[in-house]
Amino acid sequence: MPAFTWSFPEPVTPVAHETLKIHNEFMVIITVLFTVVFAIMVYSLVRHRKSAGHEAARFTGPRGAVQWLWTLVPFAILLFIDFVLMGVPAVHALLEMEDTQTKADMVLKVTGMQWKWQYEYPDAGIRFVSNLATPPEQTANAEPKGDNYLLEVDNPVVLPVGKKVRVLLTSTDVIHTWWVPQFGVKRDAIPGYLRETWLKIDQPGTYRGQCAELCGKGHGFMPVVVEAVSEPEYLAWVEKQKAVMVAAASAGDRTWSQDELMVQGKAVYDKICTTCHQPDGKGILGAFPAIAGSKVVNQSLFGPDGKPARDSHLDRVMNGKPGTAMQAFKTTLNDVEIAGVVTFQRNSFGNRMGDMVQPAQIKALR
Amino acid sequence: MSPDTTPAPAGSIPVRRLVFRLLLVVAASFAFGWAMVPFYDVLCRVTGLNGKTPGFQPGGLAGAATPLSAVDRSRTVTVEFTGTVMPGLPWDMRPLTPSLDLHPGELQQVKYLVRNTSDRPIVGQAIPSVSPGQAAQHFQKLDCFCFRQQTLAPGESREMALTFIVKPEIDPEIHQITLSYAFYNVEEPRREAR
Amino acid sequence: MDIATHPAEHRDAHPTGLLRWLTTTNHKEIGTLYLSFSLLMFFVGGLMILAVRAELFQPGLQLMRPEFFNQLIGVHALVMIFAALMPAATGFANWMIPLMIGAPDMALPRLNNWGFWLLPPAALLLTLPFILAAFGVGSGAIDTGWTFYAPLSIQGGMGIDFAIFAVHLLGISSIMGSINIIATIFNLRAPEMSLMKMPLFVWGWLITAFLLIATIPVLAGAVTMLLTDRHFGTHFFKAAGGGDPILFQHLFWFFGHPEVYILLLPVWGLIPHVLSAFSRKPIYGYRAQVWSFVAIGVLSVVVWAHHFFTAGMPVPALIYFMFSTMSISLPLAVLFFCWLATMWRGSMTFETPMLFATGFIVLFGIAGLTGLVLADVAADAQYHHSYFVVAHFHYALFAGGIMGVMAGVYYWLPKWTGRMYSETVGRWHFWLTVVSFNLTFMPQFFLGLAGMPRRIPDYALQFAEFNAISTVGAFILGFSQLLFAWNVIRCMRGQGDKAEARAWEGAEGLEWELPSPPPHHTWEIQPEVK
Repeated sequence: MPAFTWSFPEPVTPVAHETLKIHNEFMVIITVLFTVVFAIMVYSLVRHRKSAGHEAARFTGPRGAVQWLWTLVPFAILLFIDFVLMGVPAVHALLEMEDTQTKADMVLKVTGMQWKWQYEYPDAGIRFVSNLATPPEQTANAEPKGDNYLLEVDNPVVLPVGKKVRVLLTSTDVIHTWWVPQFGVKRDAIPGYLRETWLKIDQPGTYRGQCAELCGKGHGFMPVVVEAVSEPEYLAWVEKQKAVMVAAASAGDRTWSQDELMVQGKAVYDKICTTCHQPDGKGILGAFPAIAGSKVVNQSLFGPDGKPARDSHLDRVMNGKPGTAMQAFKTTLNDVEIAGVVTFQRNSFGNRMGDMVQPAQIKALR
Repeated sequence: MSPDTTPAPAGSIPVRRLVFRLLLVVAASFAFGWAMVPFYDVLCRVTGLNGKTPGFQPGGLAGAATPLSAVDRSRTVTVEFTGTVMPGLPWDMRPLTPSLDLHPGELQQVKYLVRNTSDRPIVGQAIPSVSPGQAAQHFQKLDCFCFRQQTLAPGESREMALTFIVKPEIDPEIHQITLSYAFYNVEEPRREAR
Repeated sequence: MDIATHPAEHRDAHPTGLLRWLTTTNHKEIGTLYLSFSLLMFFVGGLMILAVRAELFQPGLQLMRPEFFNQLIGVHALVMIFAALMPAATGFANWMIPLMIGAPDMALPRLNNWGFWLLPPAALLLTLPFILAAFGVGSGAIDTGWTFYAPLSIQGGMGIDFAIFAVHLLGISSIMGSINIIATIFNLRAPEMSLMKMPLFVWGWLITAFLLIATIPVLAGAVTMLLTDRHFGTHFFKAAGGGDPILFQHLFWFFGHPEVYILLLPVWGLIPHVLSAFSRKPIYGYRAQVWSFVAIGVLSVVVWAHHFFTAGMPVPALIYFMFSTMSISLPLAVLFFCWLATMWRGSMTFETPMLFATGFIVLFGIAGLTGLVLADVAADAQYHHSYFVVAHFHYALFAGGIMGVMAGVYYWLPKWTGRMYSETVGRWHFWLTVVSFNLTFMPQFFLGLAGMPRRIPDYALQFAEFNAISTVGAFILGFSQLLFAWNVIRCMRGQGDKAEARAWEGAEGLEWELPSPPPHHTWEIQPEVK
């Protein structure tokens, strides 16, 4: 079981090293300040008490040059601490953190969504979504919790070590904050706006973080996992990802059986839909509609023109419902996943539509 | 003696007038909050505070203040293009040129391929954002699909163009700029009671 | 507006029972109303956070769903800030400012009454959505945290509309109270009392009142924009129509940072009185403290953006907000210096008010010092949105705010009720509070450093130990406050030893020249001030 720590986790980027350094310096400074000031106070509390027979003095301010000096020295010291002792390293660290000048080796685009992250590698043309991988049974205390409880995802970000990565951030719904403590990086992802930060990881490893800005009910359940690997391994991973994307695209070309789609669909449902619609498909009254017996689900898939009608089941899953937490899943799910989850919902939780939709049909709708 | 007859301290003004003045402060402060809206917008556009680019310039191409002769060939800047289709807009978009090396001052044109994947005509509006924010004020769009709402027929694909100049005044330390468009459905999604 | 037209012959014929409290224009009665309301809401907000701490006792979801958790944390903050701490300070102002400056009442008594009676409906608006949701109406209370950040607050349910209206009512109430306080201070001081002879508590409140009328309207404007974004299709904070979510953060924190000092200045005002009384020694550095109040008031409105460094802004702006924030440590250090110097070479005794005042200084010192490191942008990237910040602002607002208020309550309770509270229970209350407070919040600093984000209902396993300790601390802290309630209620019911006019040996000031409790009307003939 992971143990608690008293300070920052081990830093692995230049910014995080710098941040830990100034943090340690500042902690020493404020501890000294605290100790000195309150040692004086404690001395006074002990010595200047009535029960110790101390008579009260009557002074109300500094008198004479010596006392004025005594009074002003602490402020001179504080001024020095604020603007030199802390100020100089703070500015240095700030410039390091905001250093977007030196050219980056690669770009990673991070898009926050309720409640998952989408990662895009524009140079390699890779795009995927990263969801929480902790099973809901662990959260519900029905199963023992794994070591990386709530800090594990299905598709981690893979980055090469020793390369400067420019991280671009945005969001499609509310403000999220991308945070990996070991990188010393925390930056908001703001809908409609672009933000950037950077990182250069020193050593291979798996680094975990979380969304840090309250973004709704799933705020505690959208971790960030970054796997830093050597450059050859990274390149191999890129090739594999490209192959996976091609395979996923072509998987939709064959005809799937209903059983296959149901299996695929249940996996997608458990991963993505249960947060709101609940594992039993009953939703949450007043907040999230039920799938079980839903009007949207229990209507025909396609209209007379052979296309899904507006607000039909497919339209809802693919295009979402604006103004609500229901997203347009066609941007994050592939054809097979959409076909699966729609087929699954139509034939589960007491819904008995009996029909199915093929990945190829989804592809045609894109 | 009741409060209104209590002799006021020397130099004080009558309560009525004081209250009136304080209410003026309240009103001024309320007005200040609202005035922040346009003021902040101007501030952002002037300083690039939030990655907002100087918006639609009515002169268009003719209004381009920067003559092409001012091209700074001594350095190159990489401009990347990306886009996000926001929920509620059943469109696809991708930049046809994901990234471009250019000399500041050069007139450039890039295109995004945008496709309406739904079976109904939809009006979209692209909202640009530039990072780093300091580069935004030097990112001059001469013509852009984001200046207007865009209507796409069902299934229609269109190449949407952006003509721009990265002004030579841009901070020499900036080597990389990213322009991102967030494409929104113009039709205001109707909120429903939840 | 009814300005102090309050016929003398009616003043003693006040109605009895509930109607008396509904219609009262007497500053002491209204002060009592504010303080009682504050105490009640302190427990309401406390119960909410105990539920939250119980959920956080161990990893996994045990007691509640995440959306309910989000509602509890947001309403806890709104209740504690707007319905517990602010009314407590206003209650002090009502009771003490007229007594301390030799005024017969507040300048605008009728307004004073309205100001208070806006509070209960506002509190109801904040909490009603919980009850409605229990009956299947709506999705519960505001679930965005107390900060209302757009666009999360545009997306949310009707609890947010309720909270917006509650903030409007609370804002109007605060503005009315502030205008009243400024008018009282400017116009009703005893003839010889110049501004620089006013008690520090009155000075603290004067700055607070000006901050309130300058910043609350900005908040009112911001939440109004939010309301129109939610329901009338405007785009103040929606990028789709050219708006900007970050604008909301600017507007909110333009109010929000001064709000911190709005909560703390009245406390910084009363602490010197307590220290001076129990050190049997005059206040040190009166002028320096007054000017520090002014300096902090001015600085507080120019540092707001340090609340969202991670939102991204240009480097010059980061450096400006970093150093302007750090400069607040200078006037604050003047205050600490003066507090210590007031005690220095005194003849101290440690009755409960003095215990709370010294505890306040030490713990608020931790808040100030951690605030100094939070100002540093690069380090802030690690602290921000983490439990480090949660611990920091509880040291500021619980230790610096509520414990200061308690010092004031124990100090003036004999004056208000004419009875002495139980010193034994008071001491127990203090020591339990201090120990359990640190037990609750000290671990949260380490949680933040280790990387635990705030506002999460469930957490990774490496955060388990500190969270368990924190929850145990929180429950002790919560239940120890019952001792406080017991002590206060006992005095209000007229039990306990009779208090003398000058309840404390070293107490100075006009209020101690009146009997304890003071008669219904005081200073009808204004006192001579030396």
